[in-house]
Amino acid sequence: MPEGQQGHRLYVKGKHLSYQRSKHVTNPGTSLIKIEGVDDPKAASFYLGKRIAYVYRGKKEIRGTKIRVIWGKVTRTHGNSGVVRAQFRHNLPSKSFGAMVRIMLYPSAI
Amino acid sequence: MSSEAPQTKKFQKGERTITPASQKASKYYPAEDEPQLRKTRKTQHPYKPRASLKPGAVLILLAGRFRGKRVVLLKVGQQGTLIVTGPFKVNGVPLRRVNARYVIATKTSVSLDGLDNSTLDKVSGESYFTRDKKADKKGSEESFFKQASGEKPAKKEVASERAEDQKKVDKALLAAIKKEPELYAYLGSSFSLRKGDRPHEMVF
Repeated sequence: MPEGQQGHRLYVKGKHLSYQRSKHVTNPGTSLIKIEGVDDPKAASFYLGKRIAYVYRGKKEIRGTKIRVIWGKVTRTHGNSGVVRAQFRHNLPSKSFGAMVRIMLYPSAI
Repeated sequence: MSSEAPQTKKFQKGERTITPASQKASKYYPAEDEPQLRKTRKTQHPYKPRASLKPGAVLILLAGRFRGKRVVLLKVGQQGTLIVTGPFKVNGVPLRRVNARYVIATKTSVSLDGLDNSTLDKVSGESYFTRDKKADKKGSEESFFKQASGEKPAKKEVASERAEDQKKVDKALLAAIKKEPELYAYLGSSFSLRKGDRPHEMVF
């Protein structure tokens, strides 16, 4: 972005990796999210409880917009590389694997 | 007629008080333990704001119409509501209530000396921000037909009283802000994340 121009992004980008799973069984109730710039559980702990939005486009307009959201929140860290677990109001579709999710900065504790 | 008071009866040589049957101790132990009400161990704690939320602190709003704006915290209300102002002249944020969870507190602060406290108390009162329902005719039949006939609803005007309160509160603040170099521009700028920014490593 050129000097003097301001952005408007107030969320951190994350990637929906997969569901929580074992070798054969998947658990769509919990999704794994890789947050940009977060590489260890300590850094990931900053994001615990933060709201996540999966924003996508639908075919049909609902209430005047084709943009839809599935809200969720970060529940806990997962593993040692800074991945977090998240739960959504409605489970994310498996089609969203690899898609971007927005990790909001609220609820804030700073 | 049997009275509930204990009676004294005379026998040949002695006297005895006789308690009525209903007041006598039971002959038997209860087969089951009498249920005891549980003591409540919970207490209501008053709301305790985060340590960073000191009046005068510069906050970053995270959601809502003014997201990204830097504002000055005036007062911490009950239950996590904060009274906040832009000041209006600097960044267009009016006197407003904000939820403490939707705010990042920064290390910067503005001195609140000479602040109009009586106005601030009025603003932080309970019904100051409540909407006037009568004035808000949206959804009524009348407004529906007006809209159908192409009439536009009257534009909302800012109550002159509100505007005055805004000026009163901001006056001392603006003086304090202008004293400090760059603070005016800082409050006027908005916060946003750029590529590679890591909020978890930032010091606000």
